[in-house]
Amino acid sequence: MQYLTNIFFIIALIAGIGFFVMNIKKLSRNIKLGKDVNRTDRKSERLKNMMMIALGQSKMVKRPFSGFLHIIVYVGFIIINIEVLEIIIDGIFGTHRIFLGVLGDAFYGFLIGTFEILAALVFVAVVIFWLRRNVSNIKRFLSKEMKGWPKNDGNYILYFEMVLMTLFLVMNATDPTFQQAGIGNPISQFITPLFDGFSADTIHAIERTAWWIHILGILVFLNYLYYSKHLHILLAFPNTYFANLNPKGQFNNLESVTNEVKLMMDPDADPYAMPEEGAEETVPEKFGASDVTDLNWVQLLNAYTCTECGRCTSSCPANLTGKKLSPRKIMMDTRDRLEEVGRNIDTNNGVFVDDNKQLLNDYISPEELWACTSCNACVEECPVNIDPLSIIMDMRRYLVMEQSAAPQELNMMMTNVENNGAPWQYNQQDRLNWANEE
Amino acid sequence: MNVPTMADMMAQGKQPEVLFWVGAAGSYDDRAKKISRAFVKILHQANVDFAVLGTEETSTGDAAKRAGNEFLFQMQAMMNIEVLNGYEIKKIVTCDPHSFNTLKNEYPSLGGKYEVYHHTQFIQNLISEGRLNIDNTSLKGKRVTFHDPCYLGRANEVYESPRDLIRRLGVNLTEMKRHKETALCCGAGGAQMFKDAEPGNKEVNVLRTEDALKTNPNIIATGCPYCNTMMTDGIKFKEKEAEVVVKDIAELIAEANNL
Repeated sequence: MQYLTNIFFIIALIAGIGFFVMNIKKLSRNIKLGKDVNRTDRKSERLKNMMMIALGQSKMVKRPFSGFLHIIVYVGFIIINIEVLEIIIDGIFGTHRIFLGVLGDAFYGFLIGTFEILAALVFVAVVIFWLRRNVSNIKRFLSKEMKGWPKNDGNYILYFEMVLMTLFLVMNATDPTFQQAGIGNPISQFITPLFDGFSADTIHAIERTAWWIHILGILVFLNYLYYSKHLHILLAFPNTYFANLNPKGQFNNLESVTNEVKLMMDPDADPYAMPEEGAEETVPEKFGASDVTDLNWVQLLNAYTCTECGRCTSSCPANLTGKKLSPRKIMMDTRDRLEEVGRNIDTNNGVFVDDNKQLLNDYISPEELWACTSCNACVEECPVNIDPLSIIMDMRRYLVMEQSAAPQELNMMMTNVENNGAPWQYNQQDRLNWANEE
Repeated sequence: MNVPTMADMMAQGKQPEVLFWVGAAGSYDDRAKKISRAFVKILHQANVDFAVLGTEETSTGDAAKRAGNEFLFQMQAMMNIEVLNGYEIKKIVTCDPHSFNTLKNEYPSLGGKYEVYHHTQFIQNLISEGRLNIDNTSLKGKRVTFHDPCYLGRANEVYESPRDLIRRLGVNLTEMKRHKETALCCGAGGAQMFKDAEPGNKEVNVLRTEDALKTNPNIIATGCPYCNTMMTDGIKFKEKEAEVVVKDIAELIAEANNL
């Protein structure tokens, strides 16, 4: 009987981690539905970006207030997790504060004391975050795409963090031997008096309950990640590593197009040539993207990494002037559609069955895509180097090259470029007239 | 105005120091033509041996590419590359950040590898080589704000060259709240120049003009013919033509040097 709690703990731990691993595998499979793109070059530059931007939060602090609060929560999250290691060992072996004996009073006290201060700071930061989302009139949290689940999701994460931090402090406050030792309790010593007059048994029961809910809460939170925007705490690292390193103005040249253009411009090419006998019938490649599977895996990783902070949207010239385009919505739509495709594959034994839906039109409208000025403000703003612009461009390519569905004025512009080498209807022979005017 | 073409040069068996890529706006747009001429005056003053393609120049394909027409872009690119490589061009300068970006970043993988400069970078080099001086007295005391073109700034991280030149004019440079990395687009990029905006509550160029007007400028300086048009229209919309002018940095330098 005495091992019952240990066994229960181990089962909970295995179930919690196991379920998480299962979902991560699903996540990875979904990301791999994307087209290949080579992002294995320039490794040291990539590593540096990851260290600076994901680990070092260098882009977060461009907006100092929210950046500072975010760093508190982020540092708190990483450091306090050292405590989770102790909780896990205690849980498995039925020990209590195993690190105390190992590390000695002074160092253990220093560690836990630091955790307590961080926990209190995280609590305060998270409350401010909640106020920003729910009370302050911050435009980027009030956009259309933030209604319903995205808003609730953001709040649930904050509640989780408030509860977990509270439980950690209560757990310490209701541990009489820990309090008596007077080491590492800079915050919890002020909570302990709340329990004055409770019997020793009750206090012990509260301590155990807080301990259990704390660790079970962490396991639940871990598994909540997959269903939430909060995945960024993990994916920010690969996302910044694999991000585009070329100048932001450099858009990729479609290789499939290059091949066709070369053929068209080759004077020796036979336009009526039949495919060679026995040559495999190849499906002509689709130009641009109308669904998530036409995007590359980095774009899909971007979609899962987005935490919907909306810095992109708040700097987008189209959005700032009331157009429908919101780069954040582009990322959310891409993720939601990818999830839908993933669920379709799961329910159909590993194969995707056409659902008559796609990213274009069912999620993202041409009106949104045509409002983009390709100014790269969204790409610049993203604290984890997500590139919404590349998705917008790939979808425009589909609209133009597969559907000839450009706005009429753009069709005229393109006809002009084709016929007279300029976007306007001027004669190519007049191209040097400017030199002799005035 | 003496603007030699590559064809002339070739006939004389000469190879110029640099090719001036004029671009469609610089060739045809009445406002932008003035920028082309101002830049040529600067090139002449610095005794730069340059040439243009003239009637052999054609659209870089930038607008087509941003509109989603990769086919048309690559057709244009390959035609241009054939001409440029035929003339053995090594070095290109342009007043158009869109041409700058496309020639510099998107042509190499299609076979067109050149050293490409925005005119503000090129002029900066002329100064550091001692080939050009900017008169810092004639515009002294003017309040100037600089609007970063997206395809020069964020797209290629050229923020300092234009600012360095503005400071050399002896004017007071006041930055807008949104500048450099956080600059707001003028609204013309991504082929928006050639179409009406989607429904919204404001035009992007008006919002950007409001940013600029907050600095209470005499001059809004730009480094892009499209930005120039958008900001000029914004000033007209705000009925500020009497107080504020929109000028390319090349025009300001030509004016300061009395060219």
